[in-house]
Amino acid sequence: MIRYSTASAVALLASLGTANAQTTIDWWHAMGGELGAKLEEIVQGFNDSQDEYRVTPSYKGTYPETMTAAIAAFRANQQPTVVQVFEVGTGTMMAAEGAIVPVYQLMEEHGEDFDPSIFLPAVVGYYTDPEGNMLSMPFNSSTPILYYNKSVFEKAGLDPEQPPKTWAEMEQFSNQIRESGAATCGFTTQWISWIQTENLSAWHNQPIGTMENGFGGLDARLSLNGPVQVKHWENLKRWSDEGIFKYGGPVGGDNAAPMFYSQDCAMIMGSSASRAGVIANSEAFELGFGMLPYYDDVEGAPQNSIIGGATLWVLSGKADEEYAAAAAFFDYLSSPEVQADWASFSGYLPITEAAGEQMADFYAQNPGADTGINQITLNEPTENSKGLRFGNYVQIRGIIDEEFEQLLSGSKDAQGALDSVVSRGDDLLEQFQAQNQ
Amino acid sequence: MKRTIFKNQLLPWLLLAPQLIITFVFFLWPAAQAVRQSFLREDAFGTRSTFVGFENFIRLWNSHEYLNSLQVTAVFAVSVTVLSMGLSLLLAIAVDRMIRSTRIYTTLLVWPYAVAPAVAGILWWFIFNPTIGIMPYVLGQLGYNWNHISNKGDAMTLVVIASAWKQISYNFLFFLAGLQAIPASLREAAAIDGAGPVRRFFDITFPLLSPTTFFLLVVNIVYAMFDTFAVIDATTEGGPAQATNILVYKVYFDGFVGQNLGSSAAQSVVLMALVAVLTVIQFRYVEKKVAY
Repeated sequence: MIRYSTASAVALLASLGTANAQTTIDWWHAMGGELGAKLEEIVQGFNDSQDEYRVTPSYKGTYPETMTAAIAAFRANQQPTVVQVFEVGTGTMMAAEGAIVPVYQLMEEHGEDFDPSIFLPAVVGYYTDPEGNMLSMPFNSSTPILYYNKSVFEKAGLDPEQPPKTWAEMEQFSNQIRESGAATCGFTTQWISWIQTENLSAWHNQPIGTMENGFGGLDARLSLNGPVQVKHWENLKRWSDEGIFKYGGPVGGDNAAPMFYSQDCAMIMGSSASRAGVIANSEAFELGFGMLPYYDDVEGAPQNSIIGGATLWVLSGKADEEYAAAAAFFDYLSSPEVQADWASFSGYLPITEAAGEQMADFYAQNPGADTGINQITLNEPTENSKGLRFGNYVQIRGIIDEEFEQLLSGSKDAQGALDSVVSRGDDLLEQFQAQNQ
Repeated sequence: MKRTIFKNQLLPWLLLAPQLIITFVFFLWPAAQAVRQSFLREDAFGTRSTFVGFENFIRLWNSHEYLNSLQVTAVFAVSVTVLSMGLSLLLAIAVDRMIRSTRIYTTLLVWPYAVAPAVAGILWWFIFNPTIGIMPYVLGQLGYNWNHISNKGDAMTLVVIASAWKQISYNFLFFLAGLQAIPASLREAAAIDGAGPVRRFFDITFPLLSPTTFFLLVVNIVYAMFDTFAVIDATTEGGPAQATNILVYKVYFDGFVGQNLGSSAAQSVVLMALVAVLTVIQFRYVEKKVAY
């Protein structure tokens, strides 16, 4: 018995010894499948590059699940040091002042030579405070683009090298495709909220909400029921009735991609990060890439598209050496080599200018791969197009989907549906403001 | 009835302790937490919380979505209960009248009960998927354009079928056991008196089956209201436009996805009250009318 406890005491001391030599931090993330494997490879690279720090990645499920898990863990004092949070969670994370350590502060205190100017403004702008300080570390950012079926275009007598540039062309091409019998539907889309509402607004330099789309403070309210958005939703309803457009379902639109792969629909608007998946599923036809269409009668269009994806947030309540570990890891993550490797593998956007330059060869060899980056950097972002920041936004996105479904079912018109997005969303924003003031 | 008398005062408590601890940790304590939370307004991380009295409840009462969810739950629970109990009673009667191979049919009919609700949900999701499913294709041939992604009625039909299907096995077993417990002599006597099969069913079988029916009614309503979460999550996620957003799913979505804890807690408190009321009604009033 005595011998046994001595042995375990020695084992305990030994384990403390290694813990002293090496600081281990947890990183909770939401990258499953191939992206998850690549992420672990990147972390392995960091762990092998030095022996002071160790990062342990854990997959926690979908984005909402990961965020919920981190919040629950924080309430129980078991939080990870680093957690990956999707862009619509930004408002919630930002407002939780006591719960997070802003990245600029972390890097000031622990990062050796951290230079915030190396990042692409179109990407990091989404995640900065009004003074321009970075709050979280962009990891995987994407933007919606247009994928189209060149084989169907050819069958319909269209030029397969010319994707539609405007919504008028979108309608005209779709009609021609349907009339020629090349496909039964013109186009479908993922994400009614992200692509056909938020990005549509940014692309046409229209506000989504007041106070610089919510960047200005918690008293911001929605304003996405403007004439351009109403006109677009009206068109989508009409196109849906005519059969030109097919709805792929709420949230990410699970049914949209299969309609494109089965060649029922000739075009799809989807995330640039879906590129690898789309290529793998479109072996039966020639695939083309294009920018999002725009209304040419709206002044200032096309402006620039906005991003989606996730960033890494640092949670409070940890020891100093763990923050040093997080800072060293972020330094490694933003190096051009790691960025270029991750971006060319996944289709996510590079977050630094240097990484973008490193990828020039990759872009030259993979036509269309640079559509996303060209689109977000098309113009200097305005206050309508640098992103959005609202609390309770996961629920507000749900409301956008619901009201769009009301529009499709004919129980509301476009103005009515968007008006109720605004009034229901504002109600949630009011609650959020009250919770966080 | 034999009464056991413990000499030791502590022993009965010790024997009860495991169950009491489980009840306290997993039922009473969380329920008390929910009640406490329902009077608070708190940010997601719990760093700031304010006592707001009944504000969370007042918001619910004024919320069009919540009232809609109440209505959806009522329609859903009644449809699932009627459909699954009706079908399983028919099946039980059919099997009860069989002379041979009763066992094989019983086994086959009980099978779906072994399927986890989430798997059942995915199964029906595949069958009814508007793009790749077999049913929309068949219905399309018949001239009906099935789309549960945008059509509210289709979505409700889908979740009702998936949930009822899952419960048929359970109901079937109980109905069959109930039918087999009815003495054949009663039915034979009625037959000799000249009562036809329909008359025999309504005058003899159904009244004698009422304890089983009552028990299943309680179980099915509770099942439809609280155990169908996985089916909804795997098929419609409460959509389209909240057409299948039952109360339990709304508690989950607002609390765990939307991080709106005060409202979510208030909703669970309402649910708790609803369960209490349902239980009282069922046992005090309905049970009296049942012939045991």
